[in-house]
Amino acid sequence: MEEKEKKRKIPRQPMPEQEPKVRARNFMEVPLGYTSELAMKEAERCLQCKKPSCMEGCPVSVDIPGFIRHIKAGEFTEAIRNLWSKNSLPAVCGRVCPQEIQCEGSCILGKKEAPVAIGNLERFAADHERTHGTGELPPKAAPTGKKVAVVGSGPSGLTVAGDLIVKGHEVTVFEAFHKAGGVLVYGIPEFRLPKEIVAQEIHFLERLGVKVECNAVVGRTITLDEIFEQGYDAIYIGVGAGLPKFLNVPGENLVGILSANEYLTRANLMKAYLFPEVDTPIPHGKNVIVLGGGNVAMDSARTAMRLGADSVRIVYRRSKAELPARAAEVHHAEEEGIQFFFLTNPTRFMGNEKGRLVGMECLKMELGEPDASGRRRPIPIKGSEFKMECDLVVVAVGSGANPLLTSSTPDMTLNKWGYIQADPQNGKTTKKRVWAGGDIVTGAATVILAMGAGRKAADSIHKYLTWGW
Amino acid sequence: MFKIVKREEMSGGTVILNEIEAPLIAKKAKPGQFVILKANETGERIPLTMADTDPEKGTITVIFMVVGKSTALFKTLKVGDGYQDVIGPLGKATHLEKLGTVVCVGGGTGIAVLHPITRGFKLIGNRIISIIGARSKDILILEDRMRAVSDEFYPCTDDGSYGHHGFVTEVLKEVLKKQTVNLVIAIGPVPMMKFVSKITKEFEVPTIVSLNPIMVDGTGMCGGCRVSIGGKNKFACVDGPEFDGHLVDYDELMLRLQAYCEDEKRCHEGFCRLQEAK
Ligand SMILES: Cc1cc2nc3c(=O)[nH]c(=O)nc-3n(C[C@H](O)[C@H](O)[C@H](O)COP(=O)(O)OP(=O)(O)OC[C@H]3O[C@@H](n4cnc5c(N)ncnc54)[C@H](O)[C@@H]3O)c2cc1C
Ligand SMILES: Cc1cc2nc3c(=O)[nH]c(=O)nc-3n(C[C@H](O)[C@H](O)[C@H](O)COP(=O)(O)OP(=O)(O)OC[C@H]3O[C@@H](n4cnc5c(N)ncnc54)[C@H](O)[C@@H]3O)c2cc1C
Ligand code: SF4
Ligand code: SF4
Ligand code: FES
Repeated sequence: MEEKEKKRKIPRQPMPEQEPKVRARNFMEVPLGYTSELAMKEAERCLQCKKPSCMEGCPVSVDIPGFIRHIKAGEFTEAIRNLWSKNSLPAVCGRVCPQEIQCEGSCILGKKEAPVAIGNLERFAADHERTHGTGELPPKAAPTGKKVAVVGSGPSGLTVAGDLIVKGHEVTVFEAFHKAGGVLVYGIPEFRLPKEIVAQEIHFLERLGVKVECNAVVGRTITLDEIFEQGYDAIYIGVGAGLPKFLNVPGENLVGILSANEYLTRANLMKAYLFPEVDTPIPHGKNVIVLGGGNVAMDSARTAMRLGADSVRIVYRRSKAELPARAAEVHHAEEEGIQFFFLTNPTRFMGNEKGRLVGMECLKMELGEPDASGRRRPIPIKGSEFKMECDLVVVAVGSGANPLLTSSTPDMTLNKWGYIQADPQNGKTTKKRVWAGGDIVTGAATVILAMGAGRKAADSIHKYLTWGW
Repeated sequence: MFKIVKREEMSGGTVILNEIEAPLIAKKAKPGQFVILKANETGERIPLTMADTDPEKGTITVIFMVVGKSTALFKTLKVGDGYQDVIGPLGKATHLEKLGTVVCVGGGTGIAVLHPITRGFKLIGNRIISIIGARSKDILILEDRMRAVSDEFYPCTDDGSYGHHGFVTEVLKEVLKKQTVNLVIAIGPVPMMKFVSKITKEFEVPTIVSLNPIMVDGTGMCGGCRVSIGGKNKFACVDGPEFDGHLVDYDELMLRLQAYCEDEKRCHEGFCRLQEAK
């Protein structure tokens, strides 16, 4: 009891961050990471629960008290080994998981005070390994002679590749873009997830023997059946939910209105914030409006700020309580001077004679009954139209299933929204020897859910390769 | 790396032909499809239609006009150099069909895009009337190749230095007056496609155009290439690039093509200064 009391006296250790004023104009990472001392001190706060509720909140059941115990003891190598056994991308998850509704949201300490900073500790263990580790490769099983193709190099595809290569199978990843990493490289910005980290993770897989074929648009450059013809025994599809949604309101094709996919791809994958040092341009808005309330909207707004906007406003049709973004991102965005307009929905865009955006008309909304998602449905208030001046609008209202691959694979069942139908237990699709997981099955979700789906499918693929379908 | 095995300059060096090693793409590509090329690490992703493919040799051919920084950079690449990335084949292939008489109208580098499509229509048994135009004789490209796949052939120049003195649309009107035409294909500058479509609408002849909006990924992921077709939003990279010419909102397309004009100019001028300093 005394022991417990002592632990409670240590407050949650904040992670040092760049000053809001400074970071709002640069692309360097915002949180700077724990030092070993800070990490060990934070680790001490964990009660090492016998029945750790935190683990129930983690979609892949990371052994949270286990890895934290190692950090507390200064055994950082053991900590990362422990993490890896459940999660192949801890440096990423520590940074981008919505911890407040997952592991940290279920930590017992959270009932009375701040929960243990599980995400920060996970990030620390991974970063420490990256900067201090030996880079030693995990042991690999003897070659099985089986070949697996992974389509898409996002977190779910990378998880499958990593799991199967150590089991002795040959693995090739086919990626449509010229760079591997999926949303981790084209969507999530540098200031939240340095691209160097993603590149290292992919390099690690390559050192293990995974082949990465970029510029391979499956469905166009090569089809699933042609992949089988090349002698592959199994295929995993993890192509994400890459289809931008628009609002379909008048004026949406004016110059100055971009999907978040386009805006963030230009900024992140093409590094357009360095233009003209790189060749890809990006629009620099003075008065920027971002439509939406998820992580994608926060990332777009904070990118616009860093590109030098005078004002950045997030317009969201529900209220603050329904914002789907990670709490940390909303907090960071507010600190960086981004304004929020809740219960507001655009009805049309106005342009000048050159077809360039100059303003947006909106309606005020109020919340009605909960809808299918359980969130209260926004209802327009009659006659509440008002105008907002703007010269750049980024549309971040969600994404759907991209039909490029699925339309070239007629013998695979899709659901009514165009997502691939796969068994939630093992990722099997209705096409023989083809598995799928991540956003292309669930719709836009999270990194850790995509990885969890990848792990289940990898287990199932391994079983198939060993025992048959 | 995707190696350049052959290079030609046309139109006094303003248009460049590259034959590039890309066996997977060469095997798959069909007339009307395009690729995206990226020269180096810092390069832009540039869409170009395949003017030809050789599945046996494993090569594709692109023909591009030098208009800005990226195409100027492409121009500096020599035989033996290469592109860091070539992605494709992208877009829908042309729907080739035996219809009867097909008129193929091409302007500028659009002729490079038009040629494989014309050949495709010819090979399945259509009668081909080609009308191709340029500002002046010395910048008219692929004349011989177009002539070889045409039953009737009408070159035009704005300055009258060769063939018909004037625009392709004038010749098109004459042709449509005189005979039954089953399909018109028009590929070239947006204003040209706009006016061709206006004329063919009067004559009620179905018309296909190939649109070239600004693109990023080319796989339907960014929506940057959206065009209004009959009032509906379409993504040119996956739903096109060919569309019913009578339904296209050309004015919107022209405005959208200007989106990065100022920035691109800065970038291109910087590149030219650098080249001169060398
Ligand atoms: C801007 C943004 C911010 C986000 N922030 C967070 C966050 O903070 N926390 C969080 O947990 N989640 C976040 N998410 C969601 C998360 O990134 C996704 O849920 C996750 O990346 C899905 O992983 P995936 O492997 O299914 O697909 P993706 O990561 O989407 O990867 C799919 C890959 O497949 C490739 N591909 C597509 N089609 C083909 C084809 N035909 N052939 C070959 N390759 C193809 C794509 O190019 C891509 O590289 C964010 C998403 C975005 C867009
Ligand atoms: C599907 C498709 C197929 C194409 N095929 C060919 C081809 O076979 N041969 C060829 O010469 N060109 C083709 N283009 C056009 C080519 O992609 C552009 O000329 C090129 O992107 C210009 O890049 P840049 O950096 O050199 O010029 P920039 O500096 O980007 O632009 C210079 C000027 O060109 C305009 N421009 C910018 N992007 C485009 C674009 N995508 N299309 C047209 N104009 C543009 C700008 O408004 C500007 O005025 C095609 C475009 C598409 C979308
Ligand atoms: S993977 Fe995500 S949810 Fe699980 S413990 Fe780590 S940060 Fe928490
Ligand atoms: S619930 Fe909280 S205190 Fe308990 S083991 Fe998990 S992290 Fe530690
Ligand atoms: S180029 Fe991105 S959707 Fe067409």
